[in-house]
Amino acid sequence: MSRTWIDFAYLVAAICLILGIKRLAHPRTARSGNWIAAVGMAIAVGFTFAIEEIDAYWLMLVGILIGSVIGVGSARMVRMTAIPQMVALFNGVGGGAAALIAAAEFHRLAPESGALDPDHLVGILFSALVGSVSFWGSLVAFGKLQDLVPGRPIVFPAQNLVNAVLGLTLLAAVALTATTEDGLWLAVLMIGALVLGVLFVLPIGGADMPVVISLLNAFTGLAAASTGFVLDNTALIIGGTLVGASGTLLTIKMGQAMGRPLRQTLFGAFGAAPEAAAAVAAADGDGSVRTASPDDIAFMLAYARRVVFVPGYGLAVAQAQHDVRNLGELLEGKGVDVRYAIHPVAGRMPGHMNVLLAEANVPYDELFEMEQINPEFPQTDVVVVVGANDVVNPAARNQPGNPIYGMPILDVDKAHNVVVIKRSLSPGFAGVDNPLFYDPKTVMLFDDA
Amino acid sequence: MNAQLVAELTVFALAVFLGFELIAKVPTMLHTPLMSGTNAIHGIVLIGAMLIVGTADSGLEKALGFVAVVFGTINIVGGFLVTDRMLEMFKQRQPDDGEREREP
Repeated sequence: MSRTWIDFAYLVAAICLILGIKRLAHPRTARSGNWIAAVGMAIAVGFTFAIEEIDAYWLMLVGILIGSVIGVGSARMVRMTAIPQMVALFNGVGGGAAALIAAAEFHRLAPESGALDPDHLVGILFSALVGSVSFWGSLVAFGKLQDLVPGRPIVFPAQNLVNAVLGLTLLAAVALTATTEDGLWLAVLMIGALVLGVLFVLPIGGADMPVVISLLNAFTGLAAASTGFVLDNTALIIGGTLVGASGTLLTIKMGQAMGRPLRQTLFGAFGAAPEAAAAVAAADGDGSVRTASPDDIAFMLAYARRVVFVPGYGLAVAQAQHDVRNLGELLEGKGVDVRYAIHPVAGRMPGHMNVLLAEANVPYDELFEMEQINPEFPQTDVVVVVGANDVVNPAARNQPGNPIYGMPILDVDKAHNVVVIKRSLSPGFAGVDNPLFYDPKTVMLFDDA
Repeated sequence: MNAQLVAELTVFALAVFLGFELIAKVPTMLHTPLMSGTNAIHGIVLIGAMLIVGTADSGLEKALGFVAVVFGTINIVGGFLVTDRMLEMFKQRQPDDGEREREP
């Protein structure tokens, strides 16, 4: 097929991708948007087979088959709670693919002297560097969310020195690859990018991982766009750039939802404050924790007029969304006003809790976002906190210097009674103790949610 | 700098603005599905990987390209399916859908 028709097919595919992203951004059309984008992708891939200069179809088909089996298998089998790390992994392999493309194209062009014109060289260097950073960074993010790597920020001495040396090494590798056109320096560049990717994500706490994955997502998009410049392929440029741009904006929006500007997430010393905070919390508390039996709590709930459930990551882990839903229905049967308060970052990703509660068939109109529900807490009889911690921690409001200070929270401490269902008193994901637990209005029920 | 590069840069610049514009009003609860959906879209590197495999001169290039094809396909297939699974949860509104619950 002539190149013109293939480029036309790419245009159709690009329009599908654009419409797909547009529809993904609206609740009603999101699911169809996802499929429109998938159709666009299928068109782009299908017509690529028709490019005349191409051979080795079998190798491609085998690769696509293997990738499909792995992709379908992992997407189907992953539990809803593990989806964030799955997204990180899918993002990582995309970045890895971009880096490999850069390496292969460099190898193909480099032997002929002068074949590496600057137009293509810049693209190769960019996708090799950014693609590798995204690949290794995503693997560390996956490890953190999967608890293979400690979730708390990892800081080591002389970190700044190491970063400076690393930066200089990368600059030198870029310059030497460009001037000598020697593959050795490209290898140095990619190893440096490995170290950079790991060091970039390691110091960031687990609670900030969604923002980091979103940023790495944008990185991979840019790396993909860059391979488009290397291979002179507009479909790659459009697809990659759309993700790079929308991903950057999405990352900023996520940071705003968490009340933490991006710069603070990436470079802020999330790790520096916990010691001070722990000391404050210990001084507050002195173990004056009230515990209760399930019967007491049932009694309390039955005589309440308004009950608000606050689900957190613990609910996701324990798969308790159906039990919560059943309890909610039971209470509604007794004429209790039942609501669910969703913190924007409850769970491990924005929107995570909406997904889980929707899975348990909780009606939309009982789900309340933080801004809507916060003024209601003073008129609420009982708040049931199920496996949530940081998002209800009053320290975010009144303890400057606490790592989560300034994060918007659910004001559950303003309700008449608070029931916290939790496995233990241990601090939440951000590694911060919670004064709410020592509030006299609070009763604790230690159990697997 | 040649005409082709300028044309490519034009497409790039327009796509940057379009990307920002498309998601300017996304609600918080869609952040995760949107991230996952765009994540699948950058799997379009698969096309690049196919071009590498298809035009490779040496075994090394073929091998690198082949791994890139596998990676790119995982990115696309896994990405779209996971996004669909997330959005499926948002969809089912009718009470008679209850039997579709997943076991814990």
